Amino acid sequence: MSLSDIWDVLVLGVVLGSLYAVIAIGYTLVYGVLQLLNFAHSEVFMAGGFGGVIALTLFEPAADPSGLQSVLYVLLGICAGAALGGLVAFGLEKAAYRPLRRRNAPRLVFLITAIGASFFLYNLAGKLFGRYPIPMPSMYENRRLFEFFGAPVSVTQLIIVVTGVTMLVTVDFVVNRTKLGSGIRAVAQDPEVASLMGVDIDKVVSRTFVLGGLMGGVAGFLFGTNLQVDYQMGFLPGITAFAAAVLGGIGNVRGAMLGGLTLGVVESFTVEIWGDSWRYVGAFAVLVLVLMLRPTGILGERVGRTA
Amino acid sequence: MSADVSVRKPLSAAARLRRRRWYQQPRWQRLFGMVVLAVVMAQVTGEQGERNDLFHAIQANFQSTGILVWLAVLVGIWAVREFFGEQVGTQRRRLGGEIARPVQRLLGQVRGQRAYRWGGLGALLVFLIILPLLISTFWQQVLVDQIGVYVMVAIGLNVVIGWAGMLDLGFIAFFAIGAYSAAFWTGGLPVEPPFELNNFLVIPIAVLTCLIAGVLLGAPTLRLRGDYLAIVTLGFHEIVYLLARNLNEFTGGTRGAQQLDKFSVDLGFWSYDWELDPQPYYWVQLAAIVIVLVLFIRLEHSRVGRAWTAIREDEVAAAATGVDTVRFKLLAFAIGASTSGVAGVIYASKQGFINPEQFVVMMSVLALAYVVFGGMGSIPGVLLGTAVLVWLPEYLRDTVDAQDRFLYLGGLLVVMMIYRPQGLWPSRRRQHELKMAEEGTAGADALGAQPGGAQS
Repeated sequence: MSLSDIWDVLVLGVVLGSLYAVIAIGYTLVYGVLQLLNFAHSEVFMAGGFGGVIALTLFEPAADPSGLQSVLYVLLGICAGAALGGLVAFGLEKAAYRPLRRRNAPRLVFLITAIGASFFLYNLAGKLFGRYPIPMPSMYENRRLFEFFGAPVSVTQLIIVVTGVTMLVTVDFVVNRTKLGSGIRAVAQDPEVASLMGVDIDKVVSRTFVLGGLMGGVAGFLFGTNLQVDYQMGFLPGITAFAAAVLGGIGNVRGAMLGGLTLGVVESFTVEIWGDSWRYVGAFAVLVLVLMLRPTGILGERVGRTA
Repeated sequence: MSADVSVRKPLSAAARLRRRRWYQQPRWQRLFGMVVLAVVMAQVTGEQGERNDLFHAIQANFQSTGILVWLAVLVGIWAVREFFGEQVGTQRRRLGGEIARPVQRLLGQVRGQRAYRWGGLGALLVFLIILPLLISTFWQQVLVDQIGVYVMVAIGLNVVIGWAGMLDLGFIAFFAIGAYSAAFWTGGLPVEPPFELNNFLVIPIAVLTCLIAGVLLGAPTLRLRGDYLAIVTLGFHEIVYLLARNLNEFTGGTRGAQQLDKFSVDLGFWSYDWELDPQPYYWVQLAAIVIVLVLFIRLEHSRVGRAWTAIREDEVAAAATGVDTVRFKLLAFAIGASTSGVAGVIYASKQGFINPEQFVVMMSVLALAYVVFGGMGSIPGVLLGTAVLVWLPEYLRDTVDAQDRFLYLGGLLVVMMIYRPQGLWPSRRRQHELKMAEEGTAGADALGAQPGGAQS
C-alpha cells in the first residue's frame, strides 16, 4: 500500500465515518435519556433514505441541472430525509415506547419492542415501495472535484462530509447550549430529580427521539445518494453505528462522533487490506478490543445513575 | 425576584390549562391516534409496491375500500371506549368473574396434587410423540426443520437471559459452530477431520466445542454491563458469520457444505438410517429436548439456579452475599452455548447441507424475541412462545402475501410487549419481579434501572 493509497482509503473512511457518526448520535441520545438500545433507529435511517427518494421523485429533477438547481435538489432531499426520519422516530416513541414507559416496563421489554418495531417498519417499507434497490434520482453530475493529498474527492463525498460535520456541530450545540439540551442532559442524569425540577420528561424524551430521527434521516438520504435505497439498507449501518456509539462511550455525544469516525476509517482500511468480504470484521474486532481495555468506551459513558 | 418566580409558576401552569384547545384534550387525541392507526393498517393490509411506480401501493391503498373499513372499525372502537367505556367495563368484569371463578377453583384443586401434574405431563408427552402422525408432511417439515430446532435454541438462550439475566444477541453463533462441527467431524467440509465420526457422537464434541467457545467469548466480556455485552455478542456473531463465509478453504465459503451425513445407528445386530422422512428426526429431537429439559429443570432448582436468580435480581447483593458472580455467569453462558450447539448438530444432520446464510445476525435477534415472547425464565413459556412465533410465519404463508409475514410478526411483538410484557406463560417468580419493577421497588433484570427511571 503506497502513501497515496493511504490517503485514498482515509478519504473513503472519513466519508463513511461521518455517516456513522451522524447515525450514532441518534443511538446515543436515546440511550442517554432512556438507557434503551433503540434497535429501530436503523429503520429511521432507512426512512430518511426513502424520504429523499420520494421527495425527489415527486419533484422530478431536471435532466441537466444548473449549479443552483443542484444545490436546491440536495437541500430538498436533506430536508425530506430529515422530515420523514423525524416523523418515524416521533411516531415510534409515541406508539411503541410511551405506553411501556407509563408502566415502568423493564429494559428487555423495550428492547423486544424495538426489535419488533424494526421488523415492522422495514417490512412495511418493503411492501409499499417494493423489495428491490431504488436508485436516488440524479441531482448533480457526480464528478471528481479536487484532490486531497492525491486522493480524489467527488461531489457526493464532499456533500456527505460537509453535511455530516454541520449536523454534528449543530447537535453538539443543541445538547450543550440550548434549553432542550439541558433538559436532555438533566433527564439523562436523573429523570426523577429532573421531573422534580420542572422538566417535562415526556416532552424531552419525545424531542430527543425527534432530534435523533432528524440526524438519522439525513444520514439515510446521504447514504442513499452514495449508493441506493432499499428496504433492508438500515440493518448493517445501524448495527455498526450502534457499535460506534458504544465505542465512543454510550450516552456521550462527542464520543459517538469520535466512535463513528474511528469505525469508518477502520472499516475502509479493512476493506482495502483484506477485501470487501471482511468489511465488518475489523470494526467489531476493534470494538471488542477497546471494550476490554476500557469498558466504558473511549471517552467514557455519560448516563445517569443506575438503580 | 425569587418571590416573583415562585408566584409566576403556578400561574403559568393554570394559564396553560386554560389555553388547552379542544384538539389537545386526550379524548380527541386518542381519536387522532385511531385515525393514524387506521391509515397504517390500511397500508399493512393493502397492495404490494410495484417496480416502476414508487407511489403505486400508497395510492391504491388510499383509494381502496380497505381504508374505509379500518376507519369504521377503529373509530367505532374509539367511540365505544370513550362513551360507553364504563358500562362495557362493568359487564366484562362481571362476565369474566363468572367464567374465571369455577376455572380457578378447578385449577386450585388440580395444582396441588402430584398425580394430576404427572398425569398431565404424561398426556402431553404422549400427544407430542404421536403429533407427527396427525399432521401433513408440510407441517412435519416445519415441526422438524424449524420448531424443534428453535425450541432447543430457545431453551439454551433461556438459561442465559431468563435465568442469569444476561443479554446475548449472538446466540445463533453457537448454533452455527455446532452445525459446522457436525459438518467437520462427518467429513463434509473441505478440511479433513483426523477421523470421521457418527453424527450422534458429534453431539458431545459439539457440546465441548461450544462450551470452549462460550468460555473464550465470555471470560473477557462478562465483566461488561448489559448493553455492552449485547453489542459484543452481536459483534461475535457477525465475526463468526463472516469467518464461515470467507474462509473458503475451511468452511466452503458461501456455498457451505453439501451432502452431509445423516443420523445413523449401527449396533451390529440392528441398524437404522435416517433418510428424507422428517418423522424419525422429530423423535430424535424430542428425545434430546426432553433430556435437556429434565437436566435444566433440576439445575434451576439447584444451588446453581438459585445463584443465577440472585445475580439476575441484584448482582451487587449477590456478590456481597458470597455468590461468585463471574463463575456462575460464565457457567450460564457456556451451558446455553452448548445447548445451542446440540441444536446445530441436529439441524445440520437433518438438513444435509449448511451455508452461512442460515446463520445470519437477524436470527439471533429472533431467538431473543422467541424467549421473551413466551416468558423468559419459564420453561413452558419458552416452549410455547417459540412454537407460536415459528409457527406463525408459516401459517401466514397461506393467509397473507408470503412476503409480508415478518411485517405481522413485528407488529405482533410490539403489541404483545405493550399489553402482555411478561410473555405468554410467565414464571411466577418472573411475574412477581415485573410487578415489583412496575412499582419501582426492584429491578427486573440484570440490565440496570428501567428506562426513564421510576415515574409516578
